Amino acid sequence: MSDENNTNVQATELEHESLSDSVRALSPTRLVVKRFFRSRLSMVGLFIIIFLFLFSYVGPLFVPYGETQVFPIPTEVKVSSSETFVGADGEKYQYYDVSTGIDYYKSAPSKEHWLGTDSNGMDVFVRLMYGGRISLTISFLVIFLETIIGIVFGGISGYFGGKIDMLIMRLVDILNCIPTMPVLLVLSSVLQAIPVDIIPVGMRIYYLMGFLTLIGWAGTARMVRGQILSLREQEYMVAAEATGISAKAKIFRHLIPNVMPQLIVQMTLGLGSIILYESTLSFLGLGVQIPKSAWGTMISLADPSKGQSILQYYPNLWIAPGVLIVLAVLAFNFVGDGLRDAIDPKMKR
Amino acid sequence: MFKYLLKRLAISVFILFGVSILIYFIVRMMPADYIDQHTSAQVAQGQLTKEDVQRMKELYGIGDNSFGGIIKSYGQWLSKAVRGDFGVSFVYGRPVKDVISKYMWISFGISLVGMILNILISIPLGIIAATKQYGVVDYAVTILAMMGISLPTFFLAALLMRVFSIQLGWFPLQGLSDATQILTGFRRVLDNIHHLILPMVTLVILSIGSLMRYTRTNMLEVLNSDYIRTARAKGLSEKVVIYKHAFRNTLIPIVTMLGGSIPGLFGGAMITETVFAIPGIGSTSYKAMLQGDIPFVMGYMMFLAVLTVLGTILADISYAIVDPRVKLQ
Repeated sequence: MSDENNTNVQATELEHESLSDSVRALSPTRLVVKRFFRSRLSMVGLFIIIFLFLFSYVGPLFVPYGETQVFPIPTEVKVSSSETFVGADGEKYQYYDVSTGIDYYKSAPSKEHWLGTDSNGMDVFVRLMYGGRISLTISFLVIFLETIIGIVFGGISGYFGGKIDMLIMRLVDILNCIPTMPVLLVLSSVLQAIPVDIIPVGMRIYYLMGFLTLIGWAGTARMVRGQILSLREQEYMVAAEATGISAKAKIFRHLIPNVMPQLIVQMTLGLGSIILYESTLSFLGLGVQIPKSAWGTMISLADPSKGQSILQYYPNLWIAPGVLIVLAVLAFNFVGDGLRDAIDPKMKR
Repeated sequence: MFKYLLKRLAISVFILFGVSILIYFIVRMMPADYIDQHTSAQVAQGQLTKEDVQRMKELYGIGDNSFGGIIKSYGQWLSKAVRGDFGVSFVYGRPVKDVISKYMWISFGISLVGMILNILISIPLGIIAATKQYGVVDYAVTILAMMGISLPTFFLAALLMRVFSIQLGWFPLQGLSDATQILTGFRRVLDNIHHLILPMVTLVILSIGSLMRYTRTNMLEVLNSDYIRTARAKGLSEKVVIYKHAFRNTLIPIVTMLGGSIPGLFGGAMITETVFAIPGIGSTSYKAMLQGDIPFVMGYMMFLAVLTVLGTILADISYAIVDPRVKLQ
């Protein structure tokens, strides 16, 4: 039954495509773009990404509050306690004590502060925007650097083969076996000991992500190498060889552009995982430090080891950043998947 | 096969050697080493002299922080490590090996149950999604799976704690056992399981996505192959085609992947264990890392590296076992 449907869909699609072919021949790139925009999930992903970029880069321009501005808003907090004791007459007495305290922080959501203020009295909604800046900037930086290193090493390794290949691939093997998260934790404690005037607190996360780049390029290099090994045997490469162009031109003009589609897919999917690394480090208090804001740092307020009250009574402080992390990672995954299917349609149809 | 294994093992030894050098240098860069942290009070009171502290550091093998000194102490570490001696943990005061093997099993238990649940849930879901490609079920399963992949561990853990532990009160918030009462025997085991349910659920939700998508992709690939068309042309029912003919070939990559992930089960889930305060190997080593426990951190990271190497070898072997077309060479 479902199979029948499938063939029907395929048939209509074939018809559709042959029709458009007879009208106008589409370049492979146009076809990929067309297929990409046809998939609903990748469109959703694209919209989320655009929204997040506008939210975190343009959003702060429309808000009068600063990232670290403190708003002491007095809120009445009722503190009540009760105690039972047995009096001298043998009767049981219950004793209540209700007092009213005033808390200037953690104010409830209001018109002025849409998500209230956090335990330092800073506006949560505004900090969400600045947190997004950190996550998005870092993930793109890391991915680009990783990919560049990966392309260079993978390209050299795949093209030249022999001893260089062997050397680079063993290095890749070694890097693959290094446990990323523990190493990042150790490195972050190294960074914490370096005096603030050499590496400012706000810069630590960038150094950490730099280390992540140094460990993380191995996967890209392996993929590029594998692709180049298979591309090298193709006829157009023989033709390129016959024209007598330099090795550099062969690698970077003819081989790498053919690896690009897979690379772009891997980059998009990698963006999500880097956001997760960054926010996890921030959550553990080793990445972005207060007063700078990051989504992970904001969620760390809800860590029950530091006391239950925020987890229990102030969901406005930690739910929103969590949702934004999920949205960002999800969007990159949707777009990456959509790109993969668009580039390699035989996987799906 | 035997020759192949030997070659793989030789390469693995080389890889582990490289990993150990890199990690040792990184770990030795850790500041305020444990001895400084713990002797600073006594030094300030004059109970210990600087020389005493230095002698203690020498004893621990971390006295000389120059490049040559680190190389020398790496040599010492390596010569012991080859013989299976990873030194004594500063924080836990016992041999690193003992500490790891003590805390490893809790992590293994959680991960193993998590993995079994994961297999039971995600493989059927993946197959259903593949057979109903582009259907409502497919979209729903894909989106849910993607959400699972996209969730940060700590956020999911916080959500689960908020709902099931604080709001509904079904499960305890943190820890491995109830501190308010002393339980023994069977009741104690039940109590531990009660504490471990939320962490397990966390692990399962986080891992369902990738296995399910993997199953779906492979199933789609198999369903598009020629022999499935033949099976259908023979007039076999759809059930037989999918669950007898297609399913078996779908299993090849899945078994390979699962075989490769078995060693990783021992490695522990650092974030999950830390957030739920479960004394597994992950949270134990996290604490050690924060305190600059060089022998333990070193031992733990090497342990993880060995598990990774074993994982890839196991994956290759299980591939050859499941798929007779594959020849290892």
